[in-house]
Amino acid sequence: MKVLAAVKRVVDYNVRVRVRADGSGVDTANTRMAMNPFDETAIEEAVRLREAGTASEVVAVTVGDAGSEEVLRTALAFGADRALRVESDAPLEPLAVSKALAAVADREQPDLVLMGKQAIDDDSNQVGQMLACHLGWAQATFACAVTPADDELHVVREVDGGQRTVAVALPAVVTTELELNEPRYIKLPSIMKAKKQAIERLGLAEIAVDGSPRLELLGVSEPPPREAGEQVDSAAALVDRLKNEAQVI
Amino acid sequence: MGVLVFAEHDGAAVTEATRRAVSAASALGAPVDAVVAGGDEAEDVAASLAGTGVGRAWLCQGAPYADQLPEPLAERLVALVRAEGYEAVVAATSTQARDLLPRVAAGLDVQMLTDVTAIEDTETFVRPNYTGSVLARLRCREAVQVLTVRATNFAPPAADGTSPAVARLEPGTDPGLSRLLEVQRTDSSRPELASARVVVAGGRGVADVGVGELEALADRLGAAIGASRGAVEAGLLPNDAQVGLTAKVVAPDLYIAAGISGSIYHVSGMKDSGVIVAINKDPEAPIFDVADYGLVADLREALPQLLEALEPS
Ligand SMILES: Cc1cc2nc3c(=O)[nH]c(=O)nc-3n(C[C@H](O)[C@H](O)[C@H](O)COP(=O)(O)OP(=O)(O)OC[C@H]3O[C@@H](n4cnc5c(N)ncnc54)[C@H](O)[C@@H]3O)c2cc1C
Ligand SMILES: Nc1ncnc2c1ncn2[C@@H]1O[C@H](COP(=O)(O)O)[C@@H](O)[C@H]1O
Repeated sequence: MKVLAAVKRVVDYNVRVRVRADGSGVDTANTRMAMNPFDETAIEEAVRLREAGTASEVVAVTVGDAGSEEVLRTALAFGADRALRVESDAPLEPLAVSKALAAVADREQPDLVLMGKQAIDDDSNQVGQMLACHLGWAQATFACAVTPADDELHVVREVDGGQRTVAVALPAVVTTELELNEPRYIKLPSIMKAKKQAIERLGLAEIAVDGSPRLELLGVSEPPPREAGEQVDSAAALVDRLKNEAQVI
Repeated sequence: MGVLVFAEHDGAAVTEATRRAVSAASALGAPVDAVVAGGDEAEDVAASLAGTGVGRAWLCQGAPYADQLPEPLAERLVALVRAEGYEAVVAATSTQARDLLPRVAAGLDVQMLTDVTAIEDTETFVRPNYTGSVLARLRCREAVQVLTVRATNFAPPAADGTSPAVARLEPGTDPGLSRLLEVQRTDSSRPELASARVVVAGGRGVADVGVGELEALADRLGAAIGASRGAVEAGLLPNDAQVGLTAKVVAPDLYIAAGISGSIYHVSGMKDSGVIVAINKDPEAPIFDVADYGLVADLREALPQLLEALEPS
């Protein structure tokens, strides 16, 4: 089985972004960047499938600018066999990313695409499902367990109110929950080795994807803060406030 | 012409979130229809849309739809949107809508919007970014607008005397890409987290007292139980109780956070609650920044005391 893992470079999850003074966007210059946490889970799962002998090759792919090759290096350090970047200097919307990934899937012919359920910068939760649609493949989103079974995959999905287990025909797209696994700690020798590995590149024009935005960003703002509350000194005082002041119990 | 709402249901009636999605959809300025996927229960579900203003309810029945599988359902919805010329597809944010709508949007070749929190006019929308630390205003002029809306930000529809005309959809072909093997419901006699009036949420700090104390408090208040990721990771509470932007967004009248530090990932999923209570032994815990009432205390003392103070009701 050949596995493609989609990874995105995003602002590190510990960093609190700031809105630009003119409200035109967020300031990400000089911010610490990292691989999207859900994508770490995806690449980890891909590498585990290869280590278990289920997968024969793991190819990491990202769509982004030259700086985003950093996350491909991380993916190589996790153990990906090859890395490929679809070049786009401007960030693309999920629809365009999904088309670029579909074009890569056409070239690479993987049996499985593993990817995060959501990018923590745009919070879209769209690309995997869109990709599966373009390819006409099965999808299993929000995976917390993936088990190969003959020519299918059995995937346990985290859903509202519990879990649903589905069998998907291969090829398929699977998107990950953090519960799926605990990504490994990457050691220095792997990082050094990854630095020397080649990264393949593909232009958007080469794969005939139109990256122009469909939505117009009118502005961004920070949500209004909540008003300062009151510290109460006992459980009894708390119950009193909830009953008599807030009147919610 | 018109807006199509994907009506999610519990096997008997549409969810409260779906009712709110109908009222959000009506802000798009066109008549609202709905589509219900399911088996025999779809008729009852359609009937539960009475009073919401939905004009027509499409029943999408048959095996793959009854199992709510995304591939055949998305394909069928794309065909319906094209045939009827719908200008928008709306659903309340849920794991099902998040699974299904992007596939519909891709089938229609449009860029969709996830988790819309406000509809300013028929083409201007607000949605969170960066784990809810930023709100983006976006203009969408796609041929078909596809939106998931955050139900807690929209009021339920004002009841009217309408009841939807029911129409049956011809089943489409089943691409046969996936099969449902098993559904595991977290069984709970408590109210549903998404629509509960009171939520008692536990974090990693609950480990010190045990989940039993938290459950006792929830039972006393008729509350749903929520969780932080810390509590889920520690194996204290199930994943489907997790609150947060990447999990479930809730806005009950009262949210009690017990032993939760208040990371942005958690807070962005509950900060629109009516009244927020935080109980934490660390006075510096960021959860206190969003709390209306804060109690700096150890849960080992605070929870029993709280139960005691609540007793004479
Ligand atoms: C991509 C990503 C997505 C995430 N999504 C979510 C999400 O959707 N929801 C979510 O909740 N988290 C999410 N997280 C995790 C989040 O960043 C935090 O790690 C998590 O919310 C912390 O949980 P916690 O507050 O229970 O644990 P901790 O941060 O460990 O806090 C425990 C708190 O309990 C208090 N405490 C301990 N013992 C006691 C006691 N005896 N009495 C009183 N107080 C006590 C401590 O003072 C502390 O404040 C996500 C993280 C990532 C990277
Ligand atoms: N630019 C990108 N390059 C590679 N993968 C991406 C990119 N954008 C999104 N993805 C993948 O799609 C998933 C969902 O992203 P989104 O739909 O944007 O929330 C992410 O977790 C990634 O695995």
